[in-house]
Amino acid sequence: MEKVDLPGIGVRHDVITRAGRRIGVVSYRDGAREIALFGVDDPDASADSVPLTDDEAAALADVLGASLMLGQLAGIRDQAAGLFTEQLLISAGSPYAGEKLGATKARSRTSTSIVAIVRGPDVIPSPTPDTPLEAGDTLIAVGTRPGLDALARVLTDG
Amino acid sequence: MHDSALLFVEVGAVLLGLSLLSRLANRIGLSAIPLYLLAGLTLGSGSMVPLDAGAEFFQFGSELGVILLLVMLGLEFSPTELATSLKSSRMAGIMDAALNAIPGAVFALLLGWGPVAAVALAGITWVSSSGVVAQVLRDLRRVGNRETPTVLSILVIEDLAMAFYLPVLSALVIGASLLRGTTTLIVAVLVVSVLLFATLRFGKVISRLFIAHHAESLLLGVLGLTMLVAGFAQEVKVSAAVGAFLVGIALSGRVAHNAQQLLSPLRDLFAAIFFLFFGLSTDPRTILPVLLPAALLAVITIATKTFTGYRAARMAGIGVRGRWRAGLILAPRGEFSIVIAGLAVGAGIEPQLAPLATAYVLLTVIAGPLLSRMADAAWFRRWVTPRVAPGPVSA
Repeated sequence: MEKVDLPGIGVRHDVITRAGRRIGVVSYRDGAREIALFGVDDPDASADSVPLTDDEAAALADVLGASLMLGQLAGIRDQAAGLFTEQLLISAGSPYAGEKLGATKARSRTSTSIVAIVRGPDVIPSPTPDTPLEAGDTLIAVGTRPGLDALARVLTDG
Repeated sequence: MHDSALLFVEVGAVLLGLSLLSRLANRIGLSAIPLYLLAGLTLGSGSMVPLDAGAEFFQFGSELGVILLLVMLGLEFSPTELATSLKSSRMAGIMDAALNAIPGAVFALLLGWGPVAAVALAGITWVSSSGVVAQVLRDLRRVGNRETPTVLSILVIEDLAMAFYLPVLSALVIGASLLRGTTTLIVAVLVVSVLLFATLRFGKVISRLFIAHHAESLLLGVLGLTMLVAGFAQEVKVSAAVGAFLVGIALSGRVAHNAQQLLSPLRDLFAAIFFLFFGLSTDPRTILPVLLPAALLAVITIATKTFTGYRAARMAGIGVRGRWRAGLILAPRGEFSIVIAGLAVGAGIEPQLAPLATAYVLLTVIAGPLLSRMADAAWFRRWVTPRVAPGPVSA
């Protein structure tokens, strides 16, 4: 990821893929956004650019973020026998409803990893220890069978 | 007719005409600047339509236009952007100054114009038009390109250099004796340095004088402060334009952003009047004799400018095609060159400077965008990179 200032216009963030292709996101001062795709024969020129509205940018980010998460989950299941994913509900009686994710100390206590939180229609991919938990959230956790069972107990009983 | 009635009729008719020209320019994908200049030339002295009642209005409007052009330019850049551009592209900036200012100065001396006119013409050939270049970048959808930051950095450095150049020129054009001239010059450079340092350091405090979300007070306040500082700058011979530019740089954050949107229609109005007025005050009959020298100067300095952009892009690690794009897009000279010519002509240093500058700006501002489009053409791309076969390269 590369960040470049465009004086008087805004900033450009670039992602260079493993295959060597470059994708840029130009963020204008006035809030407008544009995705630039770079050509193969001329790596410095944006072959095409697509202006995005706020909603379109958010939708694109969601799709990419969510599909990335699903891809990772599927990959883990295929590669590592003995690892499981599980969806765990934070009930209204859970001691962690209203707390931050970090308060559960899930990683150190149960060796599981919480890879996403599903809240109503939204998905929060890669939550951080500061992400707040709410009653009704579904945690998507990856771990060994005993680890996931321990996590379920932690989330209900503390 | 009554005086003010005549004034309205004249100004109204002129503005209507400019509106049509601006639409035409937009239709054919050109900057409106050359059309405004041409309109001024045709309406100017020696033509069939005399503009008497509006003369004072146009004169004041054109001076306000310069101030608005400059304050808007300052508003576009934040102090941090100025600092990073200076750091990353200092070498490109120095090369730009050397390669493009010197041909102008030499040219003036060859014409036998004297040292002050040489300094003025050096400035005219040095500075690319940020307005036109930014427009071409957007039109050709090159904002996302990798060479664009290099292009923008050069423009930023040129604009910043103008903050020192303009007071020096103002001091030179009035400097009667060598001693008085030198003193004014040193005072001017000191004043600008101190002001620039203060705006970079205390810009936030100045921004706090205004409330960003109240449009009316912000418009009146920023315009008032700009004219006030411009007036004082003019009084101490630093040039009103530089004062306005520094006000623009000093404002930052939301205040700058909102002020930019509020002032932009005013800038469009008075900048149009400025270009028109410059054309008006130039006698069209003086253009023809300087057309050939202007064309020669345009060819030379478009070449040196292209070389500047090419080298700067190479230093930034851009490929051959990107280097050509960066070079050719910088070719147009515009608002600054006219501001400089206006300053010099106002002091009456060389009568031929105004027509030469007009013809020069007309030529570069029309040729520049065309050359930029050429850089995208298939034959040109094949010509600059003959060995690379077009089409996808197998991974």
